Amino acid sequence: MRYLIALALRSAWNRRYTLSFTLLSIALATTLLVGVERLRHDVRESFSQSVSGTDLVVGARSSPVQLMLYAVFRIGEASQNMRWTSAQKISRHPAVAWSIPLSLGDSHHGFPVLGTSLDYFTHFRYGDRQHLRLQAGKPFEGVFDAVLGAEVARRLGYRLGQKIVLTHGSGALEGAAHGDKPFFIVGILAPTGTPVDRTVHISLAGMEAVHLDWQGGAPVPGFSIPSELVRKFDLTPRTLTAQLVGLKQRGDVFAMQRAIADDVDEPLMGVLPGVTLDQIWEVVGQGEQALLLVSWLVALVGLGGLVAVILASLDARRRELAILRSVGARPRELLVLLAIEGVSVTVGGILTGLALLAALLFFGTPWIEIHYGIALNGLSLSRDDLVSLAKLLGWILLAGSVASLLPGLRAYRLSLIDGLTPRT
Amino acid sequence: MKSETVVAITDLVFSWPRQSAVCLDLPELRLRRGEHAFLHGPSGCGKSTLLSLIGGVLVPGSGSIELLGEVLGRLRSTQRDRLRADHIGFVFQQFNLVPYLPVIDNVLLPCRFSARRRERAQAGGASLRGEAERLLGHLDLARDLWRRPATDLSVGQQQRVAAARALIGHPELLIADEPTSALDAERQEAFLDLLLHEANAAGSTVLFVSHDRRLAHHFPRDLALPLLNRTVAGGVACAI
Repeated sequence: MRYLIALALRSAWNRRYTLSFTLLSIALATTLLVGVERLRHDVRESFSQSVSGTDLVVGARSSPVQLMLYAVFRIGEASQNMRWTSAQKISRHPAVAWSIPLSLGDSHHGFPVLGTSLDYFTHFRYGDRQHLRLQAGKPFEGVFDAVLGAEVARRLGYRLGQKIVLTHGSGALEGAAHGDKPFFIVGILAPTGTPVDRTVHISLAGMEAVHLDWQGGAPVPGFSIPSELVRKFDLTPRTLTAQLVGLKQRGDVFAMQRAIADDVDEPLMGVLPGVTLDQIWEVVGQGEQALLLVSWLVALVGLGGLVAVILASLDARRRELAILRSVGARPRELLVLLAIEGVSVTVGGILTGLALLAALLFFGTPWIEIHYGIALNGLSLSRDDLVSLAKLLGWILLAGSVASLLPGLRAYRLSLIDGLTPRT
Repeated sequence: MKSETVVAITDLVFSWPRQSAVCLDLPELRLRRGEHAFLHGPSGCGKSTLLSLIGGVLVPGSGSIELLGEVLGRLRSTQRDRLRADHIGFVFQQFNLVPYLPVIDNVLLPCRFSARRRERAQAGGASLRGEAERLLGHLDLARDLWRRPATDLSVGQQQRVAAARALIGHPELLIADEPTSALDAERQEAFLDLLLHEANAAGSTVLFVSHDRRLAHHFPRDLALPLLNRTVAGGVACAI
């Protein structure tokens, strides 16, 4: 056996250029498959962890999916707001530990503007229950202070102290800018890989202030309140888009949900974020399945090319096997020789592919997080991740070994037909 | 294994699969221990087929082939493989050497796959490597070539390495299939002299196959396959 291994190594070294191509094909297939699988997993995780530690998302009674899409992902529009008084009532409920008011509707260069309270900076959590972190400045204090999400600041090239003007609504209407009441950037958040990165945060008072002289979605003609005077008005909001609620005891979540649904003053609902996020993922996750399918197809094409390359260089192999047979190598020994090579090249390819992927993740994770807002776990793997990775690698090992063994088996079969005189 | 007859063929009939015509029909052929025989005939008359049958790679349709008293048709293919590896050395016209192995390792190959050849190579108290070097020396291959890759050698040198490999471990039968075809006349003579001299020293029976009748004078026994082969279609059915 030791001699066969040595012989297999020397034979492989003799064909190192063809084999290195084979190894590279397997490596790339591995990088692609495992990479897509990691990406898929992390995108899903990043999605489902857009909000974490929040027990209920409360809003006017409508579709839970619609509420989540709007309150968490800032997609679509809220059909109806909830009353400020209702929100106040919920936040005073004995089971409630904290609550965060959310008031949406305006935008800045296409980025959504969120009116909220300082509780947002202390209680909002994402990912693995991480708190928001400021990479520069401080949370808003004044009425016209704004805190930018990381992507907003990066894409628009904003720095602390700069002046920004909000646009009423999504910005689709001409001349709907709140140009008379500019905001000042006082803080910039660190990247989170969630919709927070794409949000401009202001206080609820600020949100009220820019709308003091507006009515029905348009400025009241001939009526304008300058920025300096807004503090003379009551800036308490009358309505909110939604409210994030954290409970003292997680076990109370269904009782709280029922209490909100049973509120006789206003038709509200409390949505469990995890359940609704899963429902949304079932729809948007289709694309991810297609991605996986494509990467398997690419891997398949890669393996096909691999077989073709080896088959093309089969003649040399056929001669070599016939010589070995004529000097006494048994068919079984030839098969072992081929198997050693097939499996070694596949294992080598897999290891190279994993090393390549590790390097890509190491250098690429920050870039992907900045440019695409996807928080990749990088090289850290959980136990479940390891199990699914092992399964995937098992499949690659099987497919790669078969692909590199097939031409070998053909050479072996030909060597039996050739007998001791190879016809090439 | 002490039989004086090394190869005994009786009523052998062979045809290739999916071909109705008979390729070989040999009533009888015997090769004695230490005998040197020259088997000749035109291309496609079945010479290589007969060698494959004697080597146990092919199995006859009817009749029997005995190698050192063992009836090949009664053995399983793995047993035939073993018998061939233990008792037969081959030299071919081409495709002789494993290109990625140095000369000396090419010579040692049969000893890697056959314990019997290994034991017999060491019988005189020499090491395996020593025996390989002795053969290479006797076959007139310069010492500085012994560690070189086989592909660095000329065709004539490669053929001498192949002869050393066929002779290591003193096989009872040496089968040479057109080994001199790639050599010029002068080198043919020199190679044959060396080969037969070493075969004599090893006590091996030699079955030398060629279409070139000019080489026949080196051999005490002359076997014309077209005369031995009873099949009318001989030469057509064997040309695969």
